[in-house]
Amino acid sequence: MKQTEFLNVVMPFKDKLYRMAKRLLVSREEAEDATQEILLKLWSKNESMGEYKNVEAFAMTMTKNFCLDRLKSKQAGNLKLVHSNYTDENVSLQRQLEAEDSIGWMERIMEDLPEQQKMVLQLRDVEQYEFEEICDLLDMKPTAVRVALSRARKTVREELTKKHSYGIG
Amino acid sequence: MELVNIEKILEKYFEATSTVDEERKLREYFAQDSVAPHLEQYRPMFNYFSIAKEERYTKQVPLKPRVNYYKWLSVAAAVVLTFGIYFGKQYQERKEAEYAYQETKKAFELLAENFGRGTEKVAYLKEFEAAREKIYNNN
Repeated sequence: MKQTEFLNVVMPFKDKLYRMAKRLLVSREEAEDATQEILLKLWSKNESMGEYKNVEAFAMTMTKNFCLDRLKSKQAGNLKLVHSNYTDENVSLQRQLEAEDSIGWMERIMEDLPEQQKMVLQLRDVEQYEFEEICDLLDMKPTAVRVALSRARKTVREELTKKHSYGIG
Repeated sequence: MELVNIEKILEKYFEATSTVDEERKLREYFAQDSVAPHLEQYRPMFNYFSIAKEERYTKQVPLKPRVNYYKWLSVAAAVVLTFGIYFGKQYQERKEAEYAYQETKKAFELLAENFGRGTEKVAYLKEFEAAREKIYNNN
């Protein structure tokens, strides 16, 4: 596979990989590094890429595994520091953040979810994957996906209601 | 979209039984300006999902670097090695020649020294000649 061909395959979903990585790793730099790593790995496998039916799903699974490994390897380390990096967002997103506090809340609420729920919510509500795809990607049973998704959504609702009843700010 | 309908979908949404299509309708509903007051609290959620999807990976994808790098590295190594052997050999040859030259020079020096010693002794003959001259002149 030539470089341009590869890029044509990868371009449509590279943002998805990045968003997934960012959801799990939180910090932008880390997510960028992870995405780059995944793309390079994919490129090094480009000879055999034709064999994969669904490159996007394959890449997504790679991203998931990579990020979870990352998180595990530094569980004791500087994970806390990442949270202070938190405001260091994309410029466009930053602007929206300032305009709308609620976006910031949502980020924080989602950050506090367990990893599995985070991933399910990200895949379903942000990226609009079908249930079967999520099952494949996360290697989970359909019922497990539904339960995780329902829990995640309810947790978000609960947190939002709390904020809402406190009044804004 | 009717409010009742939205409420129904919302319910399904939280039980995770709604379809992708229904969820799109929810996002559309919450994206508009007028949202029923009792549903207002859900607005940030759906708006956030739409915004989160806008985020882009802006870095360049740096492809190919390693493959090329190693290839050229090995080429460079091979070149260095060949030149190394070539020049190394030349250097060695020159060293050997120099050594041979030094040895020869030493041998000649030894020879020259011994010749010198020979001529030193012959120098006495001159003394003898002088003495003989003296004797002849006196007579």
